[in-house]
Parts: sequence; structure tokens; C-alpha cells
Amino acid sequence: MSFYDNKYNFLKYKNFFMGISLIFFTFSIIFFFTKGLNLGVDFKGGTVIEMKFEEMNKSEDIRKSLLKINLGDVKVKEFGSNKEFLATIEQKGKNNDFVSSIKNHLEKDLNKKVDFRRVEVVGSKISKELTRDGIYSVLLALILMLIYIWFRFEWQFSLGSIIALVHDVIITIGAFSLIGYEFNLSIVAAILTIVGYSMNDTVIIYDRIREFLKKDDQKDLDELINDSINSTLSRTLKTSGTTLLALISIYFFGGEILKGFSFALIWGILIGTYSSIFVASPILIYFKVKRNWEEVVDTSP
Amino acid sequence: MLYFSRFKVFSIFLIFIFGVYFFIPNFLSLNNNFFFTDKKVNLGLDLQGGSYILLEIDSKPLIDQKIQAKSLDLRRELRKKNINYNNFIVGINSLSFNFNPNQRNLVNELLSDSSINSNIGTSGKELTISVDNDKVNIIFTNELLNLIKKNALEQSIEIVRNRIDELGTKEPNIITRGSDRILVELPGLKDPSEIKKLLGKTAKLTFRFLSNSNDENSLGVEILNSPKKDFKYNVEKRIIISGENLIDAQPGFDQLSNSSVVNFKLDNLGSRKFALASKNNIGRNLAIVLDNEVISAPVIRDAIVTGNGQISGNFSSQESNELAILLRSGALPAPLNIIEERSVGPDLGKESIEKGVLSLLIGMLLVVLYMIYNYRIFGVFANISLFANLILIVSTLSIFGSTLTLPGIAGIILTVGMAVDSNVLIYERVKEELKIEKNNLIAFDTAYKKVLTTILDSNITTLIAAFVLYYMGSGPVKGFAITLAIGIISTFFTTYVFGRYLVSIYVKKNKENLIKI
Repeated sequence: MSFYDNKYNFLKYKNFFMGISLIFFTFSIIFFFTKGLNLGVDFKGGTVIEMKFEEMNKSEDIRKSLLKINLGDVKVKEFGSNKEFLATIEQKGKNNDFVSSIKNHLEKDLNKKVDFRRVEVVGSKISKELTRDGIYSVLLALILMLIYIWFRFEWQFSLGSIIALVHDVIITIGAFSLIGYEFNLSIVAAILTIVGYSMNDTVIIYDRIREFLKKDDQKDLDELINDSINSTLSRTLKTSGTTLLALISIYFFGGEILKGFSFALIWGILIGTYSSIFVASPILIYFKVKRNWEEVVDTSP
Repeated sequence: MLYFSRFKVFSIFLIFIFGVYFFIPNFLSLNNNFFFTDKKVNLGLDLQGGSYILLEIDSKPLIDQKIQAKSLDLRRELRKKNINYNNFIVGINSLSFNFNPNQRNLVNELLSDSSINSNIGTSGKELTISVDNDKVNIIFTNELLNLIKKNALEQSIEIVRNRIDELGTKEPNIITRGSDRILVELPGLKDPSEIKKLLGKTAKLTFRFLSNSNDENSLGVEILNSPKKDFKYNVEKRIIISGENLIDAQPGFDQLSNSSVVNFKLDNLGSRKFALASKNNIGRNLAIVLDNEVISAPVIRDAIVTGNGQISGNFSSQESNELAILLRSGALPAPLNIIEERSVGPDLGKESIEKGVLSLLIGMLLVVLYMIYNYRIFGVFANISLFANLILIVSTLSIFGSTLTLPGIAGIILTVGMAVDSNVLIYERVKEELKIEKNNLIAFDTAYKKVLTTILDSNITTLIAAFVLYYMGSGPVKGFAITLAIGIISTFFTTYVFGRYLVSIYVKKNKENLIKI
């Protein structure tokens, strides 16, 4: 008997897990509104400069130096090594020589040569547009999924999967709010991928539920759903496993730029796998799915 | 499901031969090789280094100009027709005035005249006019505002192109975005500050005279600064010639003053105007005005009839070079503001590629080991289709010339992780079927059949996410969406078609043996 062949009773504690999800969900929303997100320049506007010095440096010195010229709020952190730094600057500069003037000032003030390896300047108009597009794209993805599942299954499945997706999205945002990782465009991309992935997981369990419903319309629904989860469990865990292996590789070896992105995906895969088993499936019981999946046979003479 | 016709097998291998053919050139630096194409995966700006600059035209000054011109026209016509008016107000994009109700007919007649309210296209009008009791309100229509923006955009993009071409960057991509934006992509550029400086100036050049009178309030005179000297000039508003009359401008060096200068050449009309003006004004100061700043105010010593001239203004050689480029490429109709800039240095791009490839290799190794551990010989089949998958993804990117970005590489790695999902689904299903069915062929066959809808359903949801990403995302994120979508489709082919073929060979050979997964 291997680990996968055991039969687990996932639905025995369904109220407990629903409760946990609800708590996470609520706290995520509370965090979002009280602590907020550490928005990147994509959504807040401003300037980001990734710089590299020839010798080691301290982020505090760079920050102090940058504060001498009028740049608004300035944050500097080490980015990979003690020669590389990421500066986030509130100002976006009206003049076109804004960035080169910062570079000149730094080199003169610190008396060290510096290379600006990456510069991003986002105006307030663009950041507003990106925020709008980001929200729209997540909503659009959710709506399209809702329609697709509705079309392929039944409304109960459609609603259940969307609740699970919203659960995943909100809790991911909550995690970002709590940890304070920068929230930028690539995180939105990651969230959309999570939506796709979590849906993938959910669909596979739903597919099995539907199959069992067709086979047997007398069996207790709790038991039937539990059987479905169990018979797809090894697939669910193995796929999550391989995907996580690939993502962990990006997290550790893909460089600083992909760190937040791969973190979001890793978190999303975990939460997505959890939600397919503990949210999307049990919720069908509350919605009372249709039991009679037999095709209507015309018996009239 | 396990039977493959010869034609099918042939097609599968043909696809892979194509795949390999387009895969290999990406790793060779062969130019004009007679065997391979030169199609390669297009690297995004974040991988090859370069700048993405989004410019927005500030069309307010143009609308302002238009409203001023309109108000002059209108007032002239009102006077011509002896219409009494008062309270003439010029707003941001509107005009209004009061009139004597007795002259209502005259006013209506004037306002319906097409010289005041011209047509735009076939149905549009320039102005929306409403007449109250004794008040006329005129508003610029959206058609007119859009036309002003459109014209400005068309002119500007030409000039932006000229200026960037002057700097000789390789393969710049310059396109319009929306109604008032220009996107400039400069691959491989190390430092965009020079180009930004060039794009930041409208470069409106005018030749005028300094005013003789010192009366600041006198009509037709304005006070302009000088950028180098802390000095203010009284300059006549009347323009002798402007930048449009220039046919050439080149940086030069003046031995006498030992400084850099810009030599220019005027067209015929400009030469004649300049000759006449200089002849009649010997001894006066010329004012050479660039974007409302006096860059030089030389004394006219002789009539200049050749149409050649020199601008000197204590320039450094770089400044004279820049000025020459600006004058050659022409003036922008309105200021351009940089509203978004993303630049990546080439060495960071290279580093990103290295890290991306490293994490791809490690991720793949982990997945490969994991699959062999879980499924033994079938894990090997899964891994072969995984490698085939990777080749197909890269070759598809090459064929379509799609752009590979850093998130795009992440998309490929993610695909590697998720690609085995279909295999896992199939093998897990086979395990279940083998429990109830003793005939290997039938068990595999049913498993493949049953799992098809599941694979389709689950992949379509991810495809939906990828399409949304593609339509809403920009730059790097688009690259992620592309690799994700290509990855899903090629995964379906490599696991469900190619992988099934591999499995079928094995199963047919071991028809009678006990197959253990």
C-alpha cells in the first residue's frame, strides 16, 4: 500500500477547512485594506534603477546620497550582491535628462563609478492605466473561466470553481500584503497563471465527479465527491510536485528579477492545489449538484 | 488509440524534423548558411538590452493655437459684416460672445458659412455652435480635436524617426499607440540618455530681430531668455525665416572664435527673404531663437545673399552636433513627453539569459528525475516527449519570430513542470484501468480515451488565461503569454500524440507481460 493508495476522508472535516479558508480570506482582505500592497512603479508611478558598483557599497549610503537631490521618497536595497542595488524613487522626473542627472550626482557624491543596468520610469497616467488593465484582466479571466465551466459542466460546478479561484486570488494578494514583496505587473501575470493552474486542478477533480455521477446516481454525494478526490489525488500531488520543482528552480537560480514572480507562482500552486481539494469540491455539496446525468431518453411511443 | 497508421507516424516524424531544423539555428552563429534559415527566436528588450520609450504628444498648445486663430478669423468676419459684439471670451476649447438680437440673421448667416465652420471628412464639422437669445457659444467638436491630434501624431512620428535615424541605432521600432502616443523601441542601445535629450526638444527655430525699443510693453515684442548667458533679450515677434526654410545643417568648427558652430543652408525662398532682411537691417542684432530661447544674437555686418550661414553660441562639439541633428530633422509640431521608459543594459540582459537557461536546465533535470522515479520506463517516455516539447516550443517561437522575454523563459520552465501533467494523468489512469482490465492493450486504450476530455478541459482553461494575458499585458508579460500558449499546444501534441506513440510501441511488444507502472 503506497501513500497514494490510501483512502482519505477529505470531507469529514469540510466545515473545518471551509472555516480556515474563510479566516485566511477575511484576513487577506483586512491586510489589503489596512496594510495595503507594496506597489511597484508599474502601479504607483515613479522610477526604479538597478545599479551596479565596481566595489562593494552600503545601501544606506546610496539612499543618503540620493536623498540629497530632491527625489521624494527613496528606497534602496541590495539586489543579489553587495555591489548591486535596487533604488525605488518616488519622482519620475519631468526633464528628459532626469536619469542621467541622478547618475552624475551619484558618481560625484559617492566618488565611485556606477553602472545603471536597468531603468524603469513610469508616469502617473501610465500607472493608472496599468492598474486598470491589471484589474480588468484578472476579472476577464475569471469571467471567461466561469462561462467555460458553465458550458462544459453545470452552473454549480462553474460557481464552485470560481469561488475557489477568487479564494486563491484574494489569499495570494493577502500574502503579498503580509510579506511586503513588491507587487508589480509580473505578479499580475503570475496571478493569472495561478487562475489557469488552479482551474486546471479543479477541472480534473470535477471531471471525475461528473464521471462518477453519471455512473451512479444513488450514492451519497459526500462519499462520491470524496472518492473522486481520492482517485485523482496522486495525479494532483504529482503534478503539483513537478510544477513546484520547476518553479523552485526559477526561484533559486532565475535571478532577482524573477524572484517575486516565481514566489507568487509557488504560493499560487500550493494554494490552488489546496483549494481544489478543500474548497472547490466540498462546495458542490452545499450547492446540491444535479444527480441525474443520464441523457434524456425519449420513451414516448 | 494505440494504432498508428504509417501516414500518422510519418507526419509525427516530419513535424519533428521541421522542429529540429528550426531549433538548431538558434544555437549556431552561422551567417548565410546554405542549409539553415537565419530565423531565430527574437529576444525581447529585457534579454538583449535596449530601451522602450513611450512618448505622449502634448496637444494642448496646438489646440490653443487653433482656438486663437479661430477667434481672430471670427472677429475679423464680425467686423467686416458690421456686427456689434461684446464679451468675446476665449476658453480652453471654446469661444463665446454676445450680440445685438436685431442682428440675429446676420450672425446666423456668418456662423453657417463654411469658411468659419469647415467640414471634416464627409459628415463632421469643426465646431458645435449654439445660439441663445443674444449669446453665441462655440465649442470645438471631438472630430476637430481628434484631427488636430492625428495630424500632430503623423508629423511627429516622421520627425522622431528622422532624429533616431540620425543617431544610427540598429533596427529601431517606432510606431503610434492610440491617438496621441508614440512607442519607440531601441534594441541593443546601451544608454538612451542621448536619444531622450533629442526627443525632448521641439526644435522650433526662428530668425528674428532684436527690438530697438526698450519698451517692454510695446506690441510685437517679447522678452526671451538666453540659455547660456543670464541675460534677457527683447525680441520682435515678427519672424524673418523659420526652421522650415532650412535644407541642411551640419556641425562645424570656427577657427576664429575657436568654438563649435552649426553651418546651415537655406532654401531659395529662405535665401531671398534672408537676403532682403539682412540688406535692410545692417548693423542690427539678429536673434536666433530655438524653442523660445535666444541661442545667439549676432550683429548683421553684411547682406547675406548666399543662403549660407553659421550659428555660434558657445557650443561644445556635442551640443553643436545635437543642434545640427535637430535642425536637419525638423521641428516637432508639439512637445513630446516621456511617460514611460524601460531600459535594460546589454550585460544585464545577458546575465538574465544565463540565469534563465540555468534555471531551465535545473528545473528540467529535477522533473526528469522525478518522472523516472515515479514511472520508471514510462517516465523515460514522458521525458523523451518533454525534450521533444522543448524543441517544438523553441522552433515555433523561431518560425513566427515571436519575442522571447525573461518572463517568457519562466513560461517555458513552467510549461516543463506542467507538461508532465498530461503524462501523469494518463499513467495514473492506466494504473486504475490495469486494476480492472487484464488485457494490456485494452487497458491502455481505455485510459487514453477517458483522459482525453480531462486533458482538453484543463488545458483550455490555462489557454484562456494565456489569451487574456496576451491581450491585456505589455512587453515582457506578452512574452510570457506567448510561451505559455505555445507550450500548452505543443505539450498536447508531444504527450498525447507523440508520447502515446512511444507507449504504444512498448505496450505492443509487451502484450502478454505484466506491465507495471
